[in-house]
Amino acid sequence: MAEELFETRLLVNGVQHTVRVPARRLLADCLRHDLGLTGTHVGCEHGVCGACTVLVDGLPVRSCLLFAVSVDGAEITTTEGCRSAGGGLGPVQRAFMECHGLQCGFCTPGFVTTVTAFLRDHPDPTEAEAREAIGGNLCRCTGYQNIVASVLRAAELARQGERR
Amino acid sequence: MKPPPFRYHRPSTVAEALAVLAKAGHDGKVLAGGQSLVPLLNMRLAAPRELVDINRLAELAYVRTDAEAVRVGALARHAEVERDADAGAAVPLLPQALADLAHPTIRNRGTVVGSLVHADPSGEMPAVLALLGGAMELAGEQGRRTVPAAEFFVGPLESAVRPGELATAAVFPRPPARSGTAWREVARRRGDYALCGVGVLVTLDEDARVAACSAACISVGPTPVLVDLAEAVGGRPHDAADWAAAGAAVTVAVDPEDDIHATAAYRRHLAGVLTARAGRAAAAQAFATGGWADG
Repeated sequence: MAEELFETRLLVNGVQHTVRVPARRLLADCLRHDLGLTGTHVGCEHGVCGACTVLVDGLPVRSCLLFAVSVDGAEITTTEGCRSAGGGLGPVQRAFMECHGLQCGFCTPGFVTTVTAFLRDHPDPTEAEAREAIGGNLCRCTGYQNIVASVLRAAELARQGERR
Repeated sequence: MKPPPFRYHRPSTVAEALAVLAKAGHDGKVLAGGQSLVPLLNMRLAAPRELVDINRLAELAYVRTDAEAVRVGALARHAEVERDADAGAAVPLLPQALADLAHPTIRNRGTVVGSLVHADPSGEMPAVLALLGGAMELAGEQGRRTVPAAEFFVGPLESAVRPGELATAAVFPRPPARSGTAWREVARRRGDYALCGVGVLVTLDEDARVAACSAACISVGPTPVLVDLAEAVGGRPHDAADWAAAGAAVTVAVDPEDDIHATAAYRRHLAGVLTARAGRAAAAQAFATGGWADG
């Protein structure tokens, strides 16, 4: 028996998409399989690891815990959308590269989206605030030290970018 | 894994939602924030046939504070309640406990009412509602009813919501005058499920002595465990109450179980320590807000 499909409109990284998906299609899978945006990674599929974090209407949420139909009409930002206006690496992405904030890279997309939203509200965080901000994201490679350094560096880069 | 198939309903009014839920009966399940339900679906621990998505019911997306209470609609996200200054001023225990409720990312989507209906024994919101003596507002096609917290939490993951009913709001009463509250919790990683969490409400009399005191503990019983601590600390000056005795009273009252995260003995120990810490902080807050400090 074919499952009923629902027409769903998503504005992803500034591009309007319309997909027809079953109600049980998770937003993470919709982004990856239906839209081909494989930057969003699927780790634990129950909201623990944070790898699938995307911004829905500007707020970081777990895309493995949302149905695409449920956010019909929403504006989504994935790690692909965290680039700089010129198309190169965005400040958070650049900071992760400069500070060795990743090794295998699996968890990085979730950190990039989470940190992007965090720095928008906290442009000059302390180290403790930076640590708290990434509390919901797991990384099994880095030991987090370099990720905390990346958050602080990204804040610096973002502030420099604004001054230019 | 991926969720099993279900029939999806997306009502746009409460009346429409109630009609769908009435028809679905035992097969129906409400989807609000989904931060507890979707993991259960993904792990195939739950397989409702009819899923009723209430995310379009904008009429339930509110946080209202009046002279008596904070009323939280079924579509108010944790983060919205946490940020609501009026709600926080009226019922400080809400932001105090919400800060320990999962991670900010989860709080952006999860709802307070959803947490209450989910009735997880390690959930913060059930303990807050129980400690304050709040209530749930439920609606069904047959009418509306209000269920006090004491009757709402039936067992682990089991609330008093009947098939066909929708929890529309939670009511958190303002604590009495000269009261203070505090929340203390221990988890393996900040934001993870509590190994134990304790909220304490202290009310002082006109001479700044403890008039009433109770604690609500999570992760140490099938539902939030409420403990009256009047005997342990009642009648004592706000800054000279025996909080170790209060902690000891709580360790006797709770009934934790062993699991992979912690032993029962460790959870019991935590309940005592956290009660003492929260009690001291709540008493200090009660004194600070009672007006004595200014005089």
